[in-house]
Amino acid sequence: MNPLPPDNSNSSAELPAHWSYTTISDKISDLVLRRRNRWPWLIAFGCAFTVMLVFFGACIYLFKTGVGIWGVNIPVAWGFAISNFVWWIGIGHAGTFISAVLLLLRQRWRGSINRFAEAMTLFAAGIAGIFPILHLGRPWFFYWLIPYPDVMNLWPQWRSPLVWDIFAISTYLIVSLLFWYMGLIPDLATLRDRAKSRSKQLIYGLFALGWRGEARHWARYEKAYLLIAGLATALVVSVHSVVSLDFAIGNTPGYHSTLFPPYFVAGALFSGFAMVLTIAIPLRHFFALHDFITVRHLENAAKILLATGWLVAYGYAAEIFMAYYSGEQFEMYEVHDRMTGAYSPLFWTLLVCNVLVPQILWWRKARRSVVVLFIMSLFVNLGMWLERFVIVVSSLHRDFLPSSWGIFIPTRWDWIHFVGSIGMFIALFLLFVRLLPAISIFEMREQVHESSQARKS
Amino acid sequence: MNPHKRGNHSMYGVLAKFSAPEELVAAVQRARQAGYTNIEAYTPFPVQELAVVIHTEKSYVPLLTLLGGIIGCVGGFGMQWYTATIDYPLNIGGRPLLSWPSFIPITFELTILGASLAAVIGMLLLNGLPRLNHPLFQIHEFELASRNSFFLCLRQQSQFDTQTMIEFVNSLQPRQSWEVP
Repeated sequence: MNPLPPDNSNSSAELPAHWSYTTISDKISDLVLRRRNRWPWLIAFGCAFTVMLVFFGACIYLFKTGVGIWGVNIPVAWGFAISNFVWWIGIGHAGTFISAVLLLLRQRWRGSINRFAEAMTLFAAGIAGIFPILHLGRPWFFYWLIPYPDVMNLWPQWRSPLVWDIFAISTYLIVSLLFWYMGLIPDLATLRDRAKSRSKQLIYGLFALGWRGEARHWARYEKAYLLIAGLATALVVSVHSVVSLDFAIGNTPGYHSTLFPPYFVAGALFSGFAMVLTIAIPLRHFFALHDFITVRHLENAAKILLATGWLVAYGYAAEIFMAYYSGEQFEMYEVHDRMTGAYSPLFWTLLVCNVLVPQILWWRKARRSVVVLFIMSLFVNLGMWLERFVIVVSSLHRDFLPSSWGIFIPTRWDWIHFVGSIGMFIALFLLFVRLLPAISIFEMREQVHESSQARKS
Repeated sequence: MNPHKRGNHSMYGVLAKFSAPEELVAAVQRARQAGYTNIEAYTPFPVQELAVVIHTEKSYVPLLTLLGGIIGCVGGFGMQWYTATIDYPLNIGGRPLLSWPSFIPITFELTILGASLAAVIGMLLLNGLPRLNHPLFQIHEFELASRNSFFLCLRQQSQFDTQTMIEFVNSLQPRQSWEVP
């Protein structure tokens, strides 16, 4: 994908020799064009779609009634909605990381996992963007955060992290979409040329923009792709940093820490790679993609998971250390309350999920076992959600004024919105794998070329 | 030029199909040696050697990206500077109106946004895309250019007549060749 010579240590004979340009193009495009809907997909989509509709219904009820249907109140005004927001936006980090950072580091193995990881990023970031709006008291005024010359002669408050947030999230969404769509253009051309029905030719053809694969076009394409990868790399580290500033700029005990930006980014990559595994393992199983998403891919993702897991663990340790080092009694009490207070079971569960369970990845056997990886990725997903919840809620429920301490208990609507958003994510992803190639076809053809050259030499 | 020679009608070019990137690269090299200057090559994935032999011109994509980034950066900071100090100054305890450190996150985000939009849109426009119809799409087999085949297209050039071009292309021993109207 880039003008530098390929890193042979990483690319030698990656693909089995029986894959040719033709077979690999047909295999991946046929998943979209020829494969009939089968029962497992229909059942999964039916369930996910139903949950998504319930989510939409719950949103309508929320808009009609107000945030009082949730368990939030003063002092805990940020409940599930903000935890879900931070969790989803974190999940939406791995896709761009895989696509951009691993591209710049010339990790060729990324080629077969970047497409669906980018789709995952888009859906997760899109869903994340819904929650702050749901959480607004007057959601119909959400556009007040956007600068436009309005009749009230007002402008947004640029010094507010919440305003930074909307810029960070919308930039991230737009750039991720551009990156994903740009990668799709040559593949859409393949689909256009392989499609038999007029309607498919028309739709894929429109989105392929008339791509022909001319050598000069490819040269510009690769240059632009590399540039946008470099830009997206800067975004990956900035988005969750800005999200963390929503917390860190406030002086609430447990929020007010310079540790937050790197700690949040590490957590985002950690949960993002866990979600990549959660998705990749069923995907390769049901669509028989074992030659493309190999055990080596899963193992590499597991190694990144282990590394980022330790960064997150370091974050937990540093958080506790800094609280005591500050000598500030509310900061110290906050740590104490996390470990022994009302939400302490969640705190200990998250430590088990995020710190203890991933240590199994030190064993090569565990890293190469699909079942172990899948179960472990679910643990990490759960652990990271609990982490977001503990940060958001346990800090708020014990702040500086003991007379206004409170407790947050989620209502049924909190759970419906949380589970509903997961259903929406699954439904969108299931649609994606049936409508667009889940693996980059042209990059796989490139790998066929490289593998054949590596075999020759 | 002889006005009576065959095939002097206007055409897009002569198209030839190859089945491996190495064959196409060799064909492009031979066409260049034979004096053809307007050569197009179509491949299902980017072929590095081709970019070298086809003499892709200097790319303006990085420059456009830089410009997009500068516009995003200056525009982003300028928007905050103008609104916070001139159009809507808020005196909060006498703190400075131009509190630039807190303007950095939005400036940064808009820089990235401007540069990314410029990179993608610039790439598409420089490539002449979107262009949904193209003379080459008349050749049915050209659809293999997005699957497994490598195409050479010699565009019509004044110093070569059609017959010479067809004969030359066939001497490259392609799998198949066409005259593209």
